[in-house]
Amino acid sequence: MRFHERIVENIFLICAGIVVLGVAIISIFIFREGWTVISKTGIADFVFGKKWAPTQGIYGIFPMILGSIYVTLGALMIGVPIGVGCAIYLAEIASPRLSAIIKPGIELLAGIPSVIYGLYGMTVIVPIIRDLFNNQGFSILAGSIVLGIMILPTITNISMDSIEAVPKEYKEGSLALGSSHWQAIIKVILPAAKSGIISSIILGMGRAIGETMAVIMITGNSTLIPESILSPARTLTGNIGIEMGYASGEHQRALFATGIVLFIFIMILNLMTKLIPNKAGENIE
Amino acid sequence: MGNAKIIVKDTNLYYGDYHALKDISIDIYEKAVTALIGPSGCGKSTFLRCLNRMNDLIPNVKIMGEIQIAGVDLYEYDVILLRKKVGMVFQKPNPFPMSIYENVAYGPRIHGIKSKAVLDDIVEKSLREAALWDEVKDRLKYNALGLSGGQQQRLCIARTIAVEPEVLLMDEPTSALDPASTMKIEDLMENLKKQYTVIIVTHNMQQAGRISDYTAFFLNGEIIEYDRTEKLFYKPKDKRTEDYITGRFG
Repeated sequence: MRFHERIVENIFLICAGIVVLGVAIISIFIFREGWTVISKTGIADFVFGKKWAPTQGIYGIFPMILGSIYVTLGALMIGVPIGVGCAIYLAEIASPRLSAIIKPGIELLAGIPSVIYGLYGMTVIVPIIRDLFNNQGFSILAGSIVLGIMILPTITNISMDSIEAVPKEYKEGSLALGSSHWQAIIKVILPAAKSGIISSIILGMGRAIGETMAVIMITGNSTLIPESILSPARTLTGNIGIEMGYASGEHQRALFATGIVLFIFIMILNLMTKLIPNKAGENIE
Repeated sequence: MGNAKIIVKDTNLYYGDYHALKDISIDIYEKAVTALIGPSGCGKSTFLRCLNRMNDLIPNVKIMGEIQIAGVDLYEYDVILLRKKVGMVFQKPNPFPMSIYENVAYGPRIHGIKSKAVLDDIVEKSLREAALWDEVKDRLKYNALGLSGGQQQRLCIARTIAVEPEVLLMDEPTSALDPASTMKIEDLMENLKKQYTVIIVTHNMQQAGRISDYTAFFLNGEIIEYDRTEKLFYKPKDKRTEDYITGRFG
């Protein structure tokens, strides 16, 4: 029996080890491949360089950093209000019957492959923007709208769970003092669920920054610094996705270097989720 | 006997098909403590929650009959004004996860008071009335969840008083507390009844005997007996009341 237990424990240890090893190998690989370009170009010139011209050996990814930030912020501006609003509605207001219809819809939204989102953006959103603003249509705005929809399931599901986890005694206490349902939601329930809602936003942000395929298909991928939300832009992920197919030599390593920057972005986001304090009340019984 | 603050006539309540309250009729007197006693599941908490319409939150509840508070029918009140008038303290202390000050100021704020000076006054006055001021006056900005259970419950009482209710409903307010905290809250009741009409649900018959002026004995959704507390305890008219208070069941 004891021998048997030891074997099982070791199998799980190996599983855990593989996960850690996976992360370690990928990190080492990206840094080894990419670092030479960063050190040759100089960190500042690489990160803040405004020109990306692989054929001339000039590697500045500032436009792509801006592109990623703009598209992600845009996606958050669209996805956060809708996602959190939807979570409030499902957790607090909707009848159980209606929730039973809406919840699977959200699950479905999470299951749609990103290339389909891209297709949708290309054939629906981009033409609308083209007609409205009389421009090329492929733009930060189009990317933000599609990414905003893509991050809805993440934000809605996690926010909803954290709202539902708020003890019902808080709500009763508020109502018993003569508050309206809405006041109870805004003043007691949402503050108590704050940390979960913030986590959902950060996770949604991670999804938006990391998204590649849909973004390539919609944002226009220009390597110029975007001037407005109607300009085309290229993101960090898009940069790698577009050029990796044909790049070689130093150019290829420059794409790995782009990956390093992306990697650091994602690590910062993950750290942020760890830093959110557990708001009083959420995990207190 | 004083004036009847709450008049309940022939009230029945159903949870779906379950008949939880049966023909309840009772007059509850102003500025006195009325205790509702009875075994678990006898309907006393359900009855209490009728009086501030907290049962409205539960689906499939049907209430019939007549309830008047201060001469006005329960369902003629705007529910928000009703709950301002009829405050409630729950079994489990449920302060909000915010500062002590914010907890007490919450009610006045939602009813439109914005002035910091006025709120400061209300907070101090309410905490004093709830016999908590001296313990917390130096840490009003601290999170209320850091208080002990007994302090939390007195904070909930202060929070309820802060909206100036006329009736205080207390649903087993001391059942989650230690004896010392229970004693503090019982002492507090003596003062509260000078200003408020207090109705307390309790499992603890000694407590009912100590603090209440009137007692109603509930059994299986009915009021078996309702009288002045000393009469009900020393000369119960009904055999079932006698059996219950002498500890033969319950």
